[in-house]
Amino acid sequence: MTDFLQLLFSGAATGSVYALAALGFTLLWQASGTINFAQGEFVMLPAFIMLAGLSAGLPLPLAFVATCGVAVVVLGWAFKRGIADPLFKFGMMPIVVATIGLSIAMRNGVRAGFSAEAHPFPGLFGERLFTLGGVTFTAADVGTLAVALVLVLGTQAFLQRTVTGRAMQAVAQNTESATVLGINVPRMIFYTFAINALLACATALLVTPVYLAKFDMGESLGTKAFFAAIIGGFNNSRGALLGGVIVGVAENLAAAYISPAYKDAVALVLFMVVILFKPQGLLGFKEVRKV
Amino acid sequence: MKHLSKLGAVAFLVLLLVAPTMLKSYGVYLFTYWLIYVIATMGLNLTVGYAGQKSLGHAAFFGIGAYTVAILMQHGFSFWLGLPAAVLLCFGVGLALGFPALRVQAIYLAFATLGFTTAVWLFIRNEEWLTGGTFGINNIGRPTLFGQALDGALPYYYFVLAVAIVMAALLWGLLRSPWGKAFQALRDNPIRAESLGVHIQAYTLLAFAIGAAYAGVAGALFASLVQFIEPAPFTVAASIMMYLMVVVGGPGYFFGPVVGSAVGVLLPEWLRFAQAWYMFVFGAAIVVLMLWLPDGLLSIPERLRAKRLAREASAARAAAAAALTPNITQGAQ
Repeated sequence: MTDFLQLLFSGAATGSVYALAALGFTLLWQASGTINFAQGEFVMLPAFIMLAGLSAGLPLPLAFVATCGVAVVVLGWAFKRGIADPLFKFGMMPIVVATIGLSIAMRNGVRAGFSAEAHPFPGLFGERLFTLGGVTFTAADVGTLAVALVLVLGTQAFLQRTVTGRAMQAVAQNTESATVLGINVPRMIFYTFAINALLACATALLVTPVYLAKFDMGESLGTKAFFAAIIGGFNNSRGALLGGVIVGVAENLAAAYISPAYKDAVALVLFMVVILFKPQGLLGFKEVRKV
Repeated sequence: MKHLSKLGAVAFLVLLLVAPTMLKSYGVYLFTYWLIYVIATMGLNLTVGYAGQKSLGHAAFFGIGAYTVAILMQHGFSFWLGLPAAVLLCFGVGLALGFPALRVQAIYLAFATLGFTTAVWLFIRNEEWLTGGTFGINNIGRPTLFGQALDGALPYYYFVLAVAIVMAALLWGLLRSPWGKAFQALRDNPIRAESLGVHIQAYTLLAFAIGAAYAGVAGALFASLVQFIEPAPFTVAASIMMYLMVVVGGPGYFFGPVVGSAVGVLLPEWLRFAQAWYMFVFGAAIVVLMLWLPDGLLSIPERLRAKRLAREASAARAAAAAALTPNITQGAQ
């Protein structure tokens, strides 16, 4: 039983990281119809920028803040202006293909220009262990889960409680009526891209100590984020959290009780079951098909 | 124009027949490799370019085809049993995978097939009793045809070329049949197609499964070409690469896969000295291609023609206006 609880908890910690990546993914989708296949690389790049900052002698918090700045410009603004905006009018697939190209370019650019090795990354929470009722928690799991939860719920609160957040939601729901109401639509969409970039930086900070900084670290993370987003409900940002945690927990339990070799197939199986029975996702709502 | 493209096709075929005789055996090997990718991406072009289904799982079917042939031949069966088995298995798995995935929006298929590639890759890597795991399968033989062993590089090349031409002819026939028209109708406007009596689910499923079967053929030929298979060529990255080959060549252009596979298979070989940066440039080129030429390389002639026509039309308008102006000025006096 304690084993089970331990697995459940560390699964939830991994899942909360998937949820962070998935949240940015759903936000982009809602606001601008962009499906970002480079989402995993959007986490990989900040990890390397932080690493560069650390090796230049910056302390981690400073490196993180600097990385956030760079990410908002490069992964937020430049990505929006360079790829998402010009391709928006052609529908979904050109953006998908372009972001696939972007992910290949980012991955191989880092590999060729920086390093093909895996680099260690300092952990945030130390190596301590807690024991509670016979169940052992690692400080890293507790810290990751806490930070990820705060970020996801904080983003939720920002979207629901602030004027800017509500304006962003209005844009996501109906661009035309948002324009009529005097909302600066392009700016709100930019905010979404900026939030996605910031969430990616936070994900990098949480995940890199475990995954290590490597040019292809984004590959599995990106795929898990898609699956988490769809399982939870693609058009509901609360779904990302639920989907991420479900995927993380299910993976951990399957690895322990079924077969560790097939851990990476768990998300796929869940995804197939969900789209068979509830294609809009667990928390999603049906979108009416327009003729 | 039509004559010109016919002439070009014949010249290209002659080149394919003659060129390998002048190459060293590695060159012939590469050309064979390329043709196998042409067969695989032809199938994907049917799925993606003609039927409009975004499949990112082609390398999985390619792998299923390769391993089916390899395992059967390992147990003493002939290539000629392995090939149809590979095709049927891919077709069947295509139907089974497509059934849930094709029920929902297009983008879900992309994710489902992406995950499917991972699952197949994991299976190949983990089930050592069947697939040899990471050690792979060694000593896969080459087929014999009419008592003639196809062991040499050149005979096998001609064999693959013959298969490629047969597969291309079949695809050509299929695209001109009512089925092919239905696929394209579906891609262009699913709702109209449905209202004209095209059964959407049946046809999308069929296009997907036929595309998978093409990958099965290519996989079978691949196993026999490289004679040693392991999980590495069947990863998610390989699936994505095949999709990009179709996109680069031009989805929905019959010869798109020929061009796309050349970019994906032959070009990296020539640019080997820049291997790591090649993929960086390739990725960046995909982004640029989407921004400026979303219909692929083969849409360039059409683009140029459209531009020329537009220029001629505007020149004609200008000439007509110029011819008209003196009259107007005279009328004013």
